[in-house]
Amino acid sequence: MSKISRRKFLAGSMAGGAAVMMTPAKKTFAAGSFEGFPDGMGVLVDLTRCVGCRTCEAACNVEQNLPEPAKPFDDYSVFDEIRHGQKRRPTDKAYTVVNRYDVKDADQPLYRKIQCNHCNEPACLTSCFVNAYKKTPEGAVIYNPKVCVGCRNCMIACPFHIPGYTYHSVLNPVIKKCIFCYDTRLKEGRPPACVESCPQQVMTFGKRKELLKIAHERLRKNPGKYVDHVYGEKEVGGTGWFYISNAPFEEAGFDTSLPKEPIINGVKDFLAVVPMVLAIWPALFTGFHLLSTKGKSHGHGDDHSHDGQEGH
Amino acid sequence: MVNAGKQLMTGLGVLLLSVVLAAGCYAMEDFPDEVEIDVLANLYEGVVFDHAMHVDMTENCADCHHHTTGTGVSNEYCAKCHTGDEEMDTVSCQDCHSADPVSPENFHSTPEKFKYHDDQPNLKAAYHLNCVGCHQEVGGPTGCEDCHAKSEAGEKFYRSGEFAPKEDAHHGSGH
Repeated sequence: MSKISRRKFLAGSMAGGAAVMMTPAKKTFAAGSFEGFPDGMGVLVDLTRCVGCRTCEAACNVEQNLPEPAKPFDDYSVFDEIRHGQKRRPTDKAYTVVNRYDVKDADQPLYRKIQCNHCNEPACLTSCFVNAYKKTPEGAVIYNPKVCVGCRNCMIACPFHIPGYTYHSVLNPVIKKCIFCYDTRLKEGRPPACVESCPQQVMTFGKRKELLKIAHERLRKNPGKYVDHVYGEKEVGGTGWFYISNAPFEEAGFDTSLPKEPIINGVKDFLAVVPMVLAIWPALFTGFHLLSTKGKSHGHGDDHSHDGQEGH
Repeated sequence: MVNAGKQLMTGLGVLLLSVVLAAGCYAMEDFPDEVEIDVLANLYEGVVFDHAMHVDMTENCADCHHHTTGTGVSNEYCAKCHTGDEEMDTVSCQDCHSADPVSPENFHSTPEKFKYHDDQPNLKAAYHLNCVGCHQEVGGPTGCEDCHAKSEAGEKFYRSGEFAPKEDAHHGSGH
């Protein structure tokens, strides 16, 4: 029975460390530079068209078999609801909500539908340590509730505060959010229920890349009508749902401070170091320790390994 | 006083212009007085559209009919190609606007010669954008049920009326 020699040990730990480093290195290059699947679908949302009828909310409720709402979907008093100083946001019982914003110097209030924006590089997916999330080639960000452990990391990671949580569930609380009607519609190439139900065609469904052209065309064809920006074209690396508006986006409740880069870019350098630290450091420092203690071990009478080595 | 005079002149000018344009519109005597719009009726009943009243109110048929009535074109963008168009055989919304919801299929099936129409709203949106858009500008009714009553399917869909969520069950039991 031969003990590992110092040379072998160091060589082995270096090779192992290198192997660990090589594997995630490939992934790190891909992350942060992904511009969406070529045929990924998206939705162009034209805020100038929304009249706040809440039909999309009702359609979502029916399509996704969500529980009965607290108020009817034609009750517009919900626009005055404020919880924790905030307007309504999607929950586990309502994957989409419409809010009203009073815009300065405008005759009409502005209404905005909120739901998952289906990012090209979703922060929720990045943050999920059980890999429950998936960005499908069709463009949806879906998740597997069966593996969700209810840690709520994605709720913190999401730059749009979208994922809801089944707080009422004591034993198995999980995340719930808009899935672009993936299971029932998107998979078959059909638009989500909210898009189809909208009387004003606030939302236009199509390939993300083509919709971007249409969005810019609308800005070009209607000079002075829109703010010259497509929110979601570049924000957080691009989102599947993006917006054009006649009011400044910050007045419509959008976070205009979001980076143009995917959220993962803020952490990927750090994340790439983690496997290195976990795999190489223990080996390396154990090696250092063994090296540095080898000579001194004569002084310690209780060093059995050293005694054993003497026998060779 | 100068301002008031100016306003009066502008007002008269607008009035004259609208009379001229309206006369052009009236020249085609064969428009219907009433149109029942019910091809999409489902969650709401159909709309009985008082066409005659709207003809009286509007300055130009093209305000709603774009370029199909042969009465000029009110939208600058459409005017680039359609100025001087004759009246077309088909002037109703559904003749051009597809009732199909937007799908990737009809996204790609757009014929090349209609490329300027590739952002055309579907029929449901064509009705609503045209009507509600104008009503917002001129102060007309904009509530859903101002124009069409909710059907029973609609009440169920919106969870309203008899399908409304039970108001606070705790209070209900106390009575």
